[in-house]
Amino acid sequence: MEIINLEGAEDTPKIILDKSNGIFEISGRSLPEDTAEFYRPILDWLSRYAQTPNSKTQFTFKLEYFNTASSKLILDILAKLEAIPGTTVEWYFHEDDEDMEEAGGEFSELVEVPFDFKAY
Amino acid sequence: MKYIYDLHRIMIQEDLILVYEGEFTQEITKSVLSMTERNMESMGEESSIKRKVFNVMVECLQNICKHAEEAIEDAPNSAIFIVGKRDEEYVITSGNPIRNDKIALLSAKLDQINGLDKEGLKNLYKEIIRNTELSEKGGAGLGFVDMARKSGQKLEYDFHPVTEKTSFFSLQTRVSRMAGMEA
Repeated sequence: MEIINLEGAEDTPKIILDKSNGIFEISGRSLPEDTAEFYRPILDWLSRYAQTPNSKTQFTFKLEYFNTASSKLILDILAKLEAIPGTTVEWYFHEDDEDMEEAGGEFSELVEVPFDFKAY
Repeated sequence: MKYIYDLHRIMIQEDLILVYEGEFTQEITKSVLSMTERNMESMGEESSIKRKVFNVMVECLQNICKHAEEAIEDAPNSAIFIVGKRDEEYVITSGNPIRNDKIALLSAKLDQINGLDKEGLKNLYKEIIRNTELSEKGGAGLGFVDMARKSGQKLEYDFHPVTEKTSFFSLQTRVSRMAGMEA
C-alpha cells in the first residue's frame, strides 16, 4: 500500500500512515480551513487498509490542538478503526492538558476501540 | 486625526491587546492566532490558559470565516474580532452582522448552552458529534458548545439592530486566568 506522509503545518497535523512499517500516527495541530477535504484521503486510505489490515494496528494520536470540525473527523477515523480487528489507540496528551485528556476519554466512550492514555 | 488618539485610549481603557476589523480568511485567522500566541508567550502566560484562549479564538474566528459571505450584501467583511486581557481574565469578543431571521435560532442555541452545567455540556457535545454531519460550510455545530466547555463560563451575547433586515451579533467569552488558583 502507498504511504501517506504529510508534513504538519500551522493549521494541519503531521500524518503518517505506513502499513508495511506499522506506523499510524496523527500529531500536532488540526484546524484546517476545509476539514472534510483535508481528511478525505486519510479516510479513503483507511477504508482500503481495512480490507487487508495488519494483524495489529496501533494508531497514535498525539495532538496538541484540534478544532471542533476536526473532532468530527477524528471520530470518523475512529469509526473506521473500530471495524479493524486488533486495533488499539494510543492517545497522547501533555501532562498539564486536562482538556486533551478528557477529549480522548470522550472519544473512547464513543467507539469500541481500546484506548491507551499516555501523558508526555 | 483625534479619532486615532481616541481609539488608542479606548484600547488601553478596555485592556484590549488585539482588535482586528476587515476581511476574515483562514490566512488571517492563522496570523491573528500567532500574534496572540506570541503575546501570551512573551507575557509568560500559563500553558493551560494559553490553550484555552487559543481554543476559543479558533472557534470564534472560524465561525466568522464560515459565515462571513452569507452576511450582508451591502456590508461584506464587516466583522470584528477583539481580545482583551485583564489581570484576572482574557475576554474574546467577536461581532458580525446577521440576518434578523436567524436571531431566534441563534439565541435559542446559546440559551440552551448557557443553561447547561459541565456534565450537560459534555452530553450535548457527545450527542452532536454522534448525530450530526458536517455542514456545507464545514462546521460541526460544536463551536459554541466547545467555547462554553473550554472557558467554563457562560457565553455572553447581544444583538444590536442595524437595518430592518439585519442586526449586529456580538459574542463574548471569558477565560479566567485564575484557573490554577481555584483548584
